[in-house]
Amino acid sequence: MKSAAAFIDRNARYLFPLPAILAILVLIVAPVVTNFVLSLYDFFVGGQPYFVGLENYQRAFSDARVWNGVRNTFYFTFFAVPLQLLVGIGIAVLFNRDFPGKGLARTVILLPMVATPVAIALIWALMFNPSLGVFNYFLESLGLPRSLWVAQSSLAIPSLVLVDTWQWSPMIALILLAAMQSVPAEHYEAARIDGASGWQSFWHITIPGIRSAIVVALILRAVDALKTFDIIYVITEGGPGTASETLNVLAFKTGFQFFHAGYAATLLIFLMFLVLGIAILLNAVRNRT
Amino acid sequence: MSTAALTPARIAARARRGRALKNLGIFALIVVVLAIMLFPFYWMVLTSLRSQVDNVSRVPVWWFTPTLENYQNVISRNNFLDFTWNSFVIAALSTGVGLVLGLPAAYSIARFKQEGLAIAILIARLTPYITYLVPWYLAFRALGLIDTYLALTLTHLIVGMPLIVWIMISFFEGVPQDLEEAAFVDGATRIGAFVRVILPLSTPGIVAASILAFIFSWNQFLFSLVLSGPNTRPVPVAVFNFISYGQIDFGGLGAAAVLITLPVIVLTLIIQRWIVTGLTMGAVKG
Repeated sequence: MKSAAAFIDRNARYLFPLPAILAILVLIVAPVVTNFVLSLYDFFVGGQPYFVGLENYQRAFSDARVWNGVRNTFYFTFFAVPLQLLVGIGIAVLFNRDFPGKGLARTVILLPMVATPVAIALIWALMFNPSLGVFNYFLESLGLPRSLWVAQSSLAIPSLVLVDTWQWSPMIALILLAAMQSVPAEHYEAARIDGASGWQSFWHITIPGIRSAIVVALILRAVDALKTFDIIYVITEGGPGTASETLNVLAFKTGFQFFHAGYAATLLIFLMFLVLGIAILLNAVRNRT
Repeated sequence: MSTAALTPARIAARARRGRALKNLGIFALIVVVLAIMLFPFYWMVLTSLRSQVDNVSRVPVWWFTPTLENYQNVISRNNFLDFTWNSFVIAALSTGVGLVLGLPAAYSIARFKQEGLAIAILIARLTPYITYLVPWYLAFRALGLIDTYLALTLTHLIVGMPLIVWIMISFFEGVPQDLEEAAFVDGATRIGAFVRVILPLSTPGIVAASILAFIFSWNQFLFSLVLSGPNTRPVPVAVFNFISYGQIDFGGLGAAAVLITLPVIVLTLIIQRWIVTGLTMGAVKG
């Protein structure tokens, strides 16, 4: 008994994290390795696997639907994230002062990011509804033409970007707000004495002061936007047709609607490299600034 | 003299008026931002309290006599309480297991500076969840574990455990090492010091991390969509199915959405300072 305790004490650095490491190996590393193996097989769930070498990869490269998925993934991400950054900076600047009800305001903007995504997505779907949705009522009240929102191919992704922006701009705002509060007040004071306008001190003091926070926010959002699933699947299921079908949604359908496990694994490998590649790239940018 | 109009007192008064106007404008903008953030929630509640007739009116009905009919329908007709129970069991189990595995790991990372391990756990959080899902599905299917709490707890663990680890690393780093060493001098073992000294001192962090892990499991949709079934289906999947099969009952959807979201909002109010820390994996301190 005593020696067991001594053994644990001596090897605490290995034994304490061991259960978590085992969980990661079984639940994360093993599936990733399995995907590589599966991607070499033509295999439907419940059927016989046939070894096909790199055929799934060749097929994916010439599959128009895969390229459509890649395009939609990038379109969604590079539309949503910069927009959220702008809105997030705006909210942060607005909130970076004392005003009555500040604490309450900060709580309110937390709600979009913690509320259950399926519930959020359903409510947005109701609001987008072309015939009964409240958004078209607003448009009409303003004398604007009605819109089909997510029911129209060209508007499906922009509409989803709207939902994502509503959901996640506050997170960027709160990250930047924390950074803004650590910019020394004397810098603003000095700039004011030198006659700098509010706009000038924003550009020359605030932005440089929060640059690394901006990059952190961009990395986090870009990585999550690339793999957005819930709101897209619930609101459009990738439609109309394949107009909002991202790589994530396509891989899901391939695996769990068409049950083509081998091909789905191939697409998942693509997606994994895409997300991790962009995370590494952005992190390299971060380390240089 | 006409320059009398520009006495210092008047200039100051004019500047004050200008500032007051600017402050009013800023306050108005803040109100607009908050209104936009709240509108979908407001609409959710409104939809849940309106009758079906009012909900499908072409012109939105803003004023009406609220009815609880939608809530009664959702709860009585759709086994809603069973689904809620499933969500609760899965979230509680995965959070519990996440604590058992995550707390010692976080402690070890904090004490022994195991940055590599911290990064490995971060990568697990960055990789798209769907990557794991095809192999999991095949494995659980082969083991006959589809539609069991075990499969859902294990998979939801991947959502909660990294959160717990990352929040607790910074917490454990803040616990003075002297306290632990004092315990060693008194003859405590490493585990004894961890359980009796470190953990009690870290209770606020453990509470925050647990609630966050619980919320994230409660909100999880993708894993449950594939791995749950009639016996274990949690609320988000149940509500999603609810729109897929059958006519759209706006009021019912609203009521269901309110019922899923309410517990999350209550929990959020308790630990709001930790939400951003959790969502950013510790990149931002609360």
